[in-house]
Amino acid sequence: MTTATLPPIAGTTPFDGAQARKGYALNKMCFSFNDEANRQAFVADEEAYMRQYGLNEAQAAAIRARNVLQLIAAGGNAYYLAKFAGIFKLDMQDIGAQQTGMTKEQFKAKLVAAGR
Amino acid sequence: MARLIGGLGTSHIPAIGGAIHKGLQQDPYWKPFFDGFPPIRQWLHAQKPDVVVMFYNDHGLNFFLDKMPTFAVGAAPQYHNADEGWGIPTLPPFAGEVDLSWHLINHLIDQEFDVVTCQEMLVDHACTLPLKLFWPEGDCPVTVVPVCINTVQFPLPSAKRCYALGRAVGEAIQRWDSGKKVAVIASGGLSHQLDGERAGFINKAFDLQFVESLATNPEWATQFSVHELVEKTGTQGVELLMWLAMRGALAAAAPGVRRVHGNYHIPISNTATAVLALEAVA
Repeated sequence: MTTATLPPIAGTTPFDGAQARKGYALNKMCFSFNDEANRQAFVADEEAYMRQYGLNEAQAAAIRARNVLQLIAAGGNAYYLAKFAGIFKLDMQDIGAQQTGMTKEQFKAKLVAAGR
Repeated sequence: MARLIGGLGTSHIPAIGGAIHKGLQQDPYWKPFFDGFPPIRQWLHAQKPDVVVMFYNDHGLNFFLDKMPTFAVGAAPQYHNADEGWGIPTLPPFAGEVDLSWHLINHLIDQEFDVVTCQEMLVDHACTLPLKLFWPEGDCPVTVVPVCINTVQFPLPSAKRCYALGRAVGEAIQRWDSGKKVAVIASGGLSHQLDGERAGFINKAFDLQFVESLATNPEWATQFSVHELVEKTGTQGVELLMWLAMRGALAAAAPGVRRVHGNYHIPISNTATAVLALEAVA
């Protein structure tokens, strides 16, 4: 069964073939951020760097907005997007807070509560 | 013949690398995680394995979506870590165990696991951090055979398939013509989700049942589909596939296990963390 035929899981986008096709250029750009020189090139000229990787308008807009949910909707994969977030020194609680509409403190409190 | 002495499991959150680098093991945030390790290190010190087979998932260091193997076995004399883009320190290279790599590859393909073979392979935090956690002092005393299981791009291999892969690895280790002692390691989990509106999802009840099952009913979690595992443990909690592979290897090597030590702590970063050591018991 493909994930499209399975019951949806709320707030969750399995990174399946459809997402992998849609997000290829975006994820390829983010994969390039493993290299410091590429991170610097992105910071120096974001628009030129995105053009080099052929991002579509939805992907470019989500990058400009630093919006993780939009990046996922545009085909981004969590592991590659984390490398993009790393450029801005954002950690996983920053990203979690942004996606859940919480403050970072609220998000951290939610994690602690899950352990009780 | 070689001997499979036991299996280890640990979470591999990248931030652990930063905490080790900064010496934060006794910091109140980190202490409940790091305190799970000393009894296991004592056991390892007594057992002295020579080689480890590491079940782990690459997070976009060695593999990209251009070529995404479901199962990949390292066959390199040395494995290099590298910049992963988020600022955790790069560790020195680890020594491989090429004879065991090719023995594993031959046995796995003979058993119809058509793995990808890698004579060069960068290893990310998921492969390096368990080695630093179990052997924190000095040079790593074990050689390594990394076995990478895809958790990046769906479809992922099923829980049942990963357990069977582990079984085949365990059989191969027991038939390896070598006097060496081998341990298997699972790197990953437990429940966590980094992406989407459900980010921060943790399922303590399921995790505890899963860890218990590894000692008492090792095939319990193979009843679940990958989709069910994502629903129950989060998009990254599905890394528990590594733990099933580790346990499958033990099942092939010994009729029973003895729980040496275990620890479970919520949260480190966005993750429910676990560490476990199981000794193979004849």
